[in-house]
Amino acid sequence: MSVKIKDFSDVEYVLPGSAACAGCPSTIALRIVGKALGENAIMLMTPSCAVASIGLLPKSCYSLPTLNICFASAGASAGGLSLALDALYEKGRLKGEKPTVFNWVGDGGTYDIGLQGISAAAERNDDFIHFCYNNEAYSNTGVQRSGATPLHAITTTTPLGKEVHRKNVPLLMLEHRIPYVATASLAYPMDLYRKVAKAKSIKGFKYIEIHAPCYPGWKFASSDTVKMSRLAVKSGAWLLWEGEYGRLTLNNPTSLLAKGKMELLPVEEYIKSQGRYAHLMKSPDKKSYLAELEEEVKRGLKFMAGRAELI
Amino acid sequence: MSKPVVYPLSQPANGAGGPTGTWRTERPVLSPEKCTGCLLCWIYCPEGVISKKDRSINYDFCKGCGICAVECPKKAITMVKEGGQ
Repeated sequence: MSVKIKDFSDVEYVLPGSAACAGCPSTIALRIVGKALGENAIMLMTPSCAVASIGLLPKSCYSLPTLNICFASAGASAGGLSLALDALYEKGRLKGEKPTVFNWVGDGGTYDIGLQGISAAAERNDDFIHFCYNNEAYSNTGVQRSGATPLHAITTTTPLGKEVHRKNVPLLMLEHRIPYVATASLAYPMDLYRKVAKAKSIKGFKYIEIHAPCYPGWKFASSDTVKMSRLAVKSGAWLLWEGEYGRLTLNNPTSLLAKGKMELLPVEEYIKSQGRYAHLMKSPDKKSYLAELEEEVKRGLKFMAGRAELI
Repeated sequence: MSKPVVYPLSQPANGAGGPTGTWRTERPVLSPEKCTGCLLCWIYCPEGVISKKDRSINYDFCKGCGICAVECPKKAITMVKEGGQ
């Protein structure tokens, strides 16, 4: 199934004049997600930039019903809401199609604080979609390190660069053997739209992670948000794939990169314009640092390609 | 009889973050003769201020991030410095 941009709905679910930064990746992603889900949806948000972007009472920039919930409760709240809707349908108090319940949560609410709730919801197979927009730090509170921050990246709590590797939560979700897991990128809107539409049509727990380069956090120009997403995919620092019940498929262009039909961009291309890696670019050991990051990217690609062949 | 409780509910409206057009230091300007209507600027705009129909830009809320100018394959959008005031 291929989708074209001109077939996307022109109804906006993020209205102009939100309180987000200029060039915010979360609002770009949420606009596309909203278009794919349609108006029959309920959104839950844990504390994140997305909540700060709502704006001031009595106005809201999201034209979907929005619930603000506490940080650790994304999995439990969405699961409970979905079950409550099921109960109302069973009693006949609601008619028609069940609304799509979805979480719009950052990487802090998914990787660190919300992990156990989401893991439990995945294990129970509650019927909702969990979206994680991954900007690789706690950007809302001033760019502290999170479990998604990659190796050597500078944040305010890792001023000399992070010394440990990031987690692979999408893979963890795949191993819960839930109905649908996918990773997406801003630079590939048709791929994202297709994945959201597919998740909407499946019953059970669905997990979609969207790579969202945050320009104030990563310190690059606001106009390069989408370009940075594209470079991340082409250099192999972010992989596009989807999985159903533990079966993994790589998507283009990641599958072309894994098969060697497309050349990997050097990691340097991706990190050179990001201020959070400036200390590596200025360091006398630049070569060894770059070799280490290059090694990390190749390991990730080889691992996921191998996992795709397994089942 | 207890008093009815009024819950403050936000309603969706343009400009929830204020007149965000004032944040802008550069404004995107479209050259309609170069535009092929690929709609990439419309889908990549974080604010949704570019119209799908004719790619006209709502300057009341455009924050001037410049993503449209970078992503346009035909370079039909250029960033022009805001003058005055």
